[in-house]
Amino acid sequence: MDQLFKKRNEELKEFSSWLKRHKVKEKKEIPENIFKQCDHCHESIPYFSLIENDYVCPKCGYHMKISARQRIRDLIDEGTWKEYLEKERSQNTENFPGYDEKLKKAQMSTGMNEAVICGVGKINQTRVVLCVMDSRFMMGSMGKVVGEKICKSVELAMRKKLPLIISCTSGGARMQEGIDSLMQMAKISAALKRFSNQGGLYIALLTHPTTGGVSASFAMLGDIIISEPQALIGFAGKRVIQDTIKQELPEGFQTAEFLLQKGFIDMIVQRHDLKNVISDLLKLHGGRL
Amino acid sequence: MSLIDNERKIKELQAKRAQTQDQSEHDELSKEIDALTKETYHNLTAWDRVTLARHPSRPKASDFIEGLFDHFYELHGDRCFGDDQAIIGGIGYFHNMPVTVIAQAKGKTLEENVNRHFGMCNPEGYRKALRLAKQAEKFHRPIITFVDTAGAYPGIEAEERGQAQAIAECLYTFSDLKTPVICIVLSEGGSGGALALSVADRICMLENAIYSVLSPEGFASILWKDDSRVQEAAEVMKLTSYDLYEKGIADYLVKEPTGGMQNDLKLVLDNIDQYLLKELDVLTHTKEKELLEKRYQKFRKIGSMS
Ligand SMILES: [Zn+2]
Repeated sequence: MDQLFKKRNEELKEFSSWLKRHKVKEKKEIPENIFKQCDHCHESIPYFSLIENDYVCPKCGYHMKISARQRIRDLIDEGTWKEYLEKERSQNTENFPGYDEKLKKAQMSTGMNEAVICGVGKINQTRVVLCVMDSRFMMGSMGKVVGEKICKSVELAMRKKLPLIISCTSGGARMQEGIDSLMQMAKISAALKRFSNQGGLYIALLTHPTTGGVSASFAMLGDIIISEPQALIGFAGKRVIQDTIKQELPEGFQTAEFLLQKGFIDMIVQRHDLKNVISDLLKLHGGRL
Repeated sequence: MSLIDNERKIKELQAKRAQTQDQSEHDELSKEIDALTKETYHNLTAWDRVTLARHPSRPKASDFIEGLFDHFYELHGDRCFGDDQAIIGGIGYFHNMPVTVIAQAKGKTLEENVNRHFGMCNPEGYRKALRLAKQAEKFHRPIITFVDTAGAYPGIEAEERGQAQAIAECLYTFSDLKTPVICIVLSEGGSGGALALSVADRICMLENAIYSVLSPEGFASILWKDDSRVQEAAEVMKLTSYDLYEKGIADYLVKEPTGGMQNDLKLVLDNIDQYLLKELDVLTHTKEKELLEKRYQKFRKIGSMS
């Protein structure tokens, strides 16, 4: 009897959380405030003009963070997107204090189940596997579920012989999941190596910010690496470096422009041009015109 | 009189001719111009070729990339240390066929030349070339390289970062790269720095390009301890395109208009376009094993003792 009650209770809980989730998903992405302050030039920008401008500050050109869903809308041809593993949620297997609450909070505020969305869709008619990370979900940190979803995407791209695109944004490995989160870096890198050996094309898209374990694995392994302007890209955090070396960091340190100069990325592309550039690159890898 | 002096004189005469109203003076000047042009460009000495190869208005790699390829996307960086602007690398279409382009790039202005180190590569430049070459191999894209450098960049940091290792790695990797490679020597082919991009199935030279183990200046100063004998050095070094063609190192020469390709770049571009079209067709239809064996033999036979 106790067991039955417990089960029923769990079901109810599950149902109410599903309802909540559903509600959040339904919520349109039209924000309550009419203005948003630019992180870079601090100008107050009306939302409608931001939306019109792909969330690029019309005053200073700063590329604001966008949600994974927005990124998918920007890149993928309408009506061609098919998401998979969308229901996967992280478990607090290490019983890390506060992790459950953090997950719940992130799920509530983003309407997502995890920090990455994966699916198949078309970019100007070319079918691709696309993974898009979202920095609003626990800083886009990578735990086992994020790792698994991305790894499965690599394997899918390999099986279906499709190009792979990963839009990266992350604070790094998800500390709450301990060593397993670190191992996701190795797991995905190994899958990418196999994919590459089979001749697969992988384009890494780095967006603000791409740091820590994600930067030290799949973000840097693209056949072609593209970044949005001014994105923060680096391994160690600025403060950690500064505290260690006790020196001022050079201006523009760890920006996309810095990385281009240092030889780590192929190109910086404005958000407005992103879809067309990626589509051109896909075509260039698709054989003769 | 040197070639450059003559060129200046011809320009002056042309300007004078444009000014004059008098028909007989006009004709007289025309005759003079023709005679001087003939004198200047007839029987060019090796040093004249060196002068033309280094001519300030000679087109650069960027002109060829623009003229020969469509939808060119430049790819940057060695994924290790930097992005050497002395090399322009990227992907684009050659007649609808995706190709990888790796070009040593001199600049057109002083400022651009400072950024591009006058086309003298650092180790990161060669490592960028290597990265793009391996990428081309992976995606089965033919590679077109353009050589135009006085040599690898001589510097402390370049040595610290392994200039020699980087060049050696290029020779090593290109030797059995499983995709066709065509090298076009545009102007200056200076020593190991040029060789790094020349391990190819075909080497094509522009008529006024030179290719040598070191610069005539270096040759004169090292061998004769006398750098004033640079013209003589150029002569004995056998560095002209004709010399390399005769030796069988250059497979094809691209004729240039009188006075150098700057006088009719389109003519030269068309010629290279046709050459690439023909040779790429041959090479892409050659079996991998045969392609690599022939490339091996192309270099194996140089100085072979039997
Ligand atoms: Zn702004």
